[in-house]
Amino acid sequence: MQYLISVIDDEQTIVAGNDSAVQAEMSAVDAFNDRLKAQGHWVFAEGLAAPNTATVIDNRGGASVITDGPFLESKEFLGGLWIIEAPDLDMAIKLAAEGSRVCNRKVEVRPFHVSEK
Amino acid sequence: MTDVQEAITRAHHDEWARVVASLTRRFGDLDIAEEAAAEAFATAVERWPVDGVPPNPGAWLTTTANRKAIDRLRRENRRDDKHKEAGMLHIDDHPEPAGAIEDDRLRLIFTCCHPALAMESRVALTLRMVGGLTVPEIARAFLVQESAMGRRITRAKTKIKAARIPYRVPSTEDLPARVSGVLAVLYLIFNEGYLATGPGSDPIRPGLTAEAIRLTRLIRTLMPENGEATGLLALMLLTEARRPARISANGELITLEEQNRDIWDAALIAEGHQLVRERLATGVAPGRYQILAAINAVHTSARNFRDTDWWQVVALYDQLIHLDPSPIVALNRAIAVAELDGPQVALSIMDRLEGALVDYHAFHATRADLLRRLDHTDESRAAYDRAIELAGNTAETAYLTRRRDELG
Repeated sequence: MQYLISVIDDEQTIVAGNDSAVQAEMSAVDAFNDRLKAQGHWVFAEGLAAPNTATVIDNRGGASVITDGPFLESKEFLGGLWIIEAPDLDMAIKLAAEGSRVCNRKVEVRPFHVSEK
Repeated sequence: MTDVQEAITRAHHDEWARVVASLTRRFGDLDIAEEAAAEAFATAVERWPVDGVPPNPGAWLTTTANRKAIDRLRRENRRDDKHKEAGMLHIDDHPEPAGAIEDDRLRLIFTCCHPALAMESRVALTLRMVGGLTVPEIARAFLVQESAMGRRITRAKTKIKAARIPYRVPSTEDLPARVSGVLAVLYLIFNEGYLATGPGSDPIRPGLTAEAIRLTRLIRTLMPENGEATGLLALMLLTEARRPARISANGELITLEEQNRDIWDAALIAEGHQLVRERLATGVAPGRYQILAAINAVHTSARNFRDTDWWQVVALYDQLIHLDPSPIVALNRAIAVAELDGPQVALSIMDRLEGALVDYHAFHATRADLLRRLDHTDESRAAYDRAIELAGNTAETAYLTRRRDELG
């Protein structure tokens, strides 16, 4: 079973972080990722660039409409993500709790949709 | 009630959770288990008066429910094994070293009380799946529309499936926190029955208190080593024992001081005291519920309010504050301090709590009473006004209004 762990960022954490704190977070996250790989939980993990680098594309009508900026302006935004493999929600929560600690941010755990055959 | 009806009621009490739990394990699906269990009991209501009560009602119900579940799967053209492969519920059979508790009912309880579910969903799901209350019964108990309660339960079951909340007893490492979570759900059900909120609602809903006691008994049976489960049961019994004396004929709350102790339930008190003694005898440091039970044991040991061993009560609150330094515990301690050292001392403790409890009706009700005893009539009246404004329970509002009007 795969779960998405979304890292919930906000402007405050970005402003508050100084260089050495950011360095410490990054090495803690690297160590955590190594552990995920060693234990077979790792699928994917990456941080995202700031929301103001986003571009929204709407091609539902055929004429691709391109807009600058994120589709939702809010104080909280997606800062990065993990995709993990876990047997159940208890394990996913345990890993998410570690992830939250090492990256020093709130996270959200959500299962990927499993289609019933 | 006829013998057969009694047998059905007893079977429902004793066997519902067991049937749902074993079917959930077999078919990996809470919906199928719930529906098949309900059908099996409906069949019992139909058949037992005609065929007689089977010698082993539990086995009869499980077999019948199993057959109903298989019928449903066939109707829906799903095979048992194929269904399991879809992995609807994650059943983990080997989480525990030898010696850990193995009962499907515990798995069911831990799944229904999982911390990833909203508190109100945990309460509803536990009453439905473990307690066997119907959706209309639960809706009525919580003054919620039936359709809304039905949706709440369905949403919770959907999340359990989709997010794979496991069907198992948590690992030894997680167990203490998860047991506290279960006990919190049961205590909330009890309190909702005991301190019913909402205008126009019955001040006490005995159905919910009885159900909470029944479920807590079950937890204690399944986890006899857990001191807090025993403590919570004792606390509920000693609280429930005072219920007959708690509301007057005209629907007004009667305080501990004014209650007629002759109509307290002596059997419940005896059982509660026995449980408290049992925990004391272990010599293990008590948790929150055990201390609260001990406080209630002191109250229910006193022949009247004046005879209460207030020194003991305050000492127990000191112990509780150590574990749970919340302002509400400090408020309850202050009430006991007022009896031991006088209202002036209690009032000075209350002053320090005001910031945290300014919106809590019991804070203002307590202050009003202390001020009244010190003859600060105007201040007392203002405090009663504020308490009445904030109180949600009809019996409590009636009591506070009378006390305010008696100030003269």
